[in-house]
Amino acid sequence: MEKKKKWPEDWQDVNPGLMVFRPGSAREYQTGSWRADRPIFDESKCIRCGLCYIFCPEGCISQDERGYFHADLDYCKGCGICAHECWSGAITMVEEG
Amino acid sequence: MSKRIGMEIALAAAEAVALCRPEVIAAYPITPNTHIPEHLSDIVADGRLDAEFICVESEHTALSACCGASGTGARAFTATSSQGLAYMTEIIPIASAMRLPIVMIIGNRALSGPINIWNDQSDVMYQRDAGWISMFANNGQEVIDMSIQSFKIAEHRDVMLPVNLNLDGFQLTHVVEPMEMPDQAEVDAFLPSFKPLATLHPDKVVSMGTLGLPDIFNEAMEAKDEVLKNSRKVILDVWKEWKQKFGRTYEPIESCKMKGAEIALVSMGSMGETAEVAVDELRKQGVPVGLLKLRLWRPFPFKDLKKAVKGVKVLVVLDRAVSFGGPGGPAFSEVRSALYNEPDKPFVMNEIIGLGGRDVRVEDFVKIVEKAQKALKTKPKDDYEIYGVRGS
Repeated sequence: MEKKKKWPEDWQDVNPGLMVFRPGSAREYQTGSWRADRPIFDESKCIRCGLCYIFCPEGCISQDERGYFHADLDYCKGCGICAHECWSGAITMVEEG
Repeated sequence: MSKRIGMEIALAAAEAVALCRPEVIAAYPITPNTHIPEHLSDIVADGRLDAEFICVESEHTALSACCGASGTGARAFTATSSQGLAYMTEIIPIASAMRLPIVMIIGNRALSGPINIWNDQSDVMYQRDAGWISMFANNGQEVIDMSIQSFKIAEHRDVMLPVNLNLDGFQLTHVVEPMEMPDQAEVDAFLPSFKPLATLHPDKVVSMGTLGLPDIFNEAMEAKDEVLKNSRKVILDVWKEWKQKFGRTYEPIESCKMKGAEIALVSMGSMGETAEVAVDELRKQGVPVGLLKLRLWRPFPFKDLKKAVKGVKVLVVLDRAVSFGGPGGPAFSEVRSALYNEPDKPFVMNEIIGLGGRDVRVEDFVKIVEKAQKALKTKPKDDYEIYGVRGS
């Protein structure tokens, strides 16, 4: 499979004024690569209150069919707000790598 | 048919802009450009022009409103001076980066401080590197002509860049001159309606003013630089068409009495008219002096400059702005830098003149040419001087 181009290769390919002619292109920019710390969700402590989901500035936390929450690591920047806000201490930030 | 008129140049500029049928005009009054938007608001209020005149609360908003308007596909115009232009600074490079063909007339005025409302060109020089096309008019007729040309150049598909047209505050804005005003049919035939690259419209998805991360920024800057450099071709084409339709010649650098000139002056804006009188008189006395009027400032006309100075021994660049602690006036440092690698180049010297409305008279140019004659024999030590400063 051909590797999908993330950026225009050469300056000649740049759209005039860097305009973007399709919706939702920000989705293709995976901000997860910025992350230094990753959130680990402990389901045994989680009370399924959803505060992490509400506070996540990236909007990358979602609820699964069992009611537990997880971060989408393609977009999670590792800011740690979810861990800071979690009442029950179910989220811990662990260094990447 | 063009009509012969006698009119204050600022009002004539407004009339010429109105002939271009701008759809959005956003401006905030500031001396000495005020009469331009003021008269345009009259024209709109009188029903002679179907445009949205936005009375904004600041110049920052004036240019922001023009950016928004231009983004929706409207032909947008603004005008300002000095501190007003400085207040637009944040938006100026954005307008060019977004490829929005806004036309702005600048009634050139000294930047404060000390507070000064009179003419020099320090305001536009402050915006030199922003990626706009920048041109200077020498007289009222050129203001009319270049106002109309500016829209055509800006909106050309190969350009799509904002243009600033400079006319000296008071020396031009407030002076009554005889001029020829083209009629509506002539301007309509010359200037097609604006066809934007894309328009902000709910039905068509487009993002303008996007984020440029390090992965793309270099390429975006190269594209911006290339499009500005390449606008030269369109500018020359537009001037050629103007010559065919209206009979008046426009060139990036206008040469006066350059045949056999050993000394040449380089001027920008209205002082070129005064310098021309001085050069004529000196030529009658047998002094081999000529004059180069730099009309196109961005993109800088390297080719024309190199050609124009062939055979010149001393080139005196007249600047109407100071680059404090720098190599000399902005025009001087660019001209000298453009010629630096040429095998056969003139000695380039710099006189900074006419700051903050200080009169520039014919005899001043005569004195400057006398200095240049001395420089033919002994090169002066200083790169530049502020002409006529008391105490030096």
